[in-house]
Amino acid sequence: MLTKRIIPCLDIKDGRTVKGINFVDLRDAGDPVELAALYAEKGADELVFLDISATEEKRKTLADLVYRIGERINIPFTVGGGISSVEDVDILLKNGADKVSINSSAVKNPQLINDLVAKFGSQCIVVAIDAKEIEGEWKVHLVGGKVPTDVELFEWAKEVEERGAGEILFTSMDHDGTKNGFANKALRRLSQEVNIPVIASGGAGNMKHFLDTFVDGQADAALAASVFHFKEIEIKDLKEYLEHEDIPMRL
Amino acid sequence: MKIVIIDYGAGNIQSIKFAIRRLGYEATLSDNPEEIKQAGRVIFPGVGEASSAMAKLRASGLDRLIPQLTQPVLGICLGMQLMCKGSEEGNTKGLDIFDVDVVKFPESVKVPQIGWNEISNLKSGLFTSITENSHIYLVHSYYAPTCEDTIAVSEYALLYSAALGKDNFYGTQFHPEKSSSVGAQILKNFLEL
Repeated sequence: MLTKRIIPCLDIKDGRTVKGINFVDLRDAGDPVELAALYAEKGADELVFLDISATEEKRKTLADLVYRIGERINIPFTVGGGISSVEDVDILLKNGADKVSINSSAVKNPQLINDLVAKFGSQCIVVAIDAKEIEGEWKVHLVGGKVPTDVELFEWAKEVEERGAGEILFTSMDHDGTKNGFANKALRRLSQEVNIPVIASGGAGNMKHFLDTFVDGQADAALAASVFHFKEIEIKDLKEYLEHEDIPMRL
Repeated sequence: MKIVIIDYGAGNIQSIKFAIRRLGYEATLSDNPEEIKQAGRVIFPGVGEASSAMAKLRASGLDRLIPQLTQPVLGICLGMQLMCKGSEEGNTKGLDIFDVDVVKFPESVKVPQIGWNEISNLKSGLFTSITENSHIYLVHSYYAPTCEDTIAVSEYALLYSAALGKDNFYGTQFHPEKSSSVGAQILKNFLEL
């Protein structure tokens, strides 16, 4: 049976891992390559690296870091942050990334999704969507969740699927950093409206939250950062707990 | 022993190079027919769309070379699919090594299948020391149904071929280079067949 995936996310700034509380207050949580190797060893199913400085500072590539990560780890990893062209993706994939995630650049230029899919295939194109519920409507936000748009989450998700993306990484800005659980209602609707895998992100605080997002949110994978970085949850314990609760896991 | 990864511009090969290096071997990228013929092991990678990948193989004549190779050859993901008779993706003919047609997963499941699934009914030296129901990593929308050449099965909506084998040809739908220690062992088995 296909298992549900547990994905630690490493936010990268200046070559170091950081995790923002609501993306603003940054704390240092170590060296990305070492942390990646440690997570792979402890049973992480996949890793995501997001260069959170990239969109603001227009920094183009993480090529060297990606190369060092690829050399070391034997599980899939996705790289995102500031990717806005076919060339950006080409460099990251050539250096060993398995997938890339695009976010703001896809909203600004949706054709980018088609171009990337045509050149590299759906399997390596993840579209990350940051959204926030405003007066009952989920609106897509840009630049690490700072800039609101008029784009509606579910319509955008469907468009993203039609344009050929392989996966959606959905972060609820209302939940991110709160440790109160994932946005399961929105996740469930997303999962029902699109037929590509959906990764839940934002809000993980305890092990029950992961169970809830797989059951109530129907997520295919769950991503979290600080609960792993600060050892509030051990991946091994989490996966054993979920397996015990009848969620298919790779142990 | 020389290990060649066939370079035909289809996809991400760096991670295969890295995985082979972690096993203590080095692989060379090549599209040179002589170099490919003389290699001890040939790896045939591939991601992306089947008909355009086949077009690239035809343009370079590799479509005729690959089926004639006599050393162990391992197709990975789309590489495996292209070694089949044909594919529904882009309605293309394949290299016709494995006697099966590749088709798309039904809409009853999310497509692509992305993640870790189990392999069972393991029937090849490729799986030496691998226990039944080990987890491997896959990303794919199309699959090879089970057939005479199936050497491992997996289940997603239905039973499909997780790996194929015939004579000196092997193919894995999964990515051994990304399948943790299980995948590393499978790659090692291939290199040491």
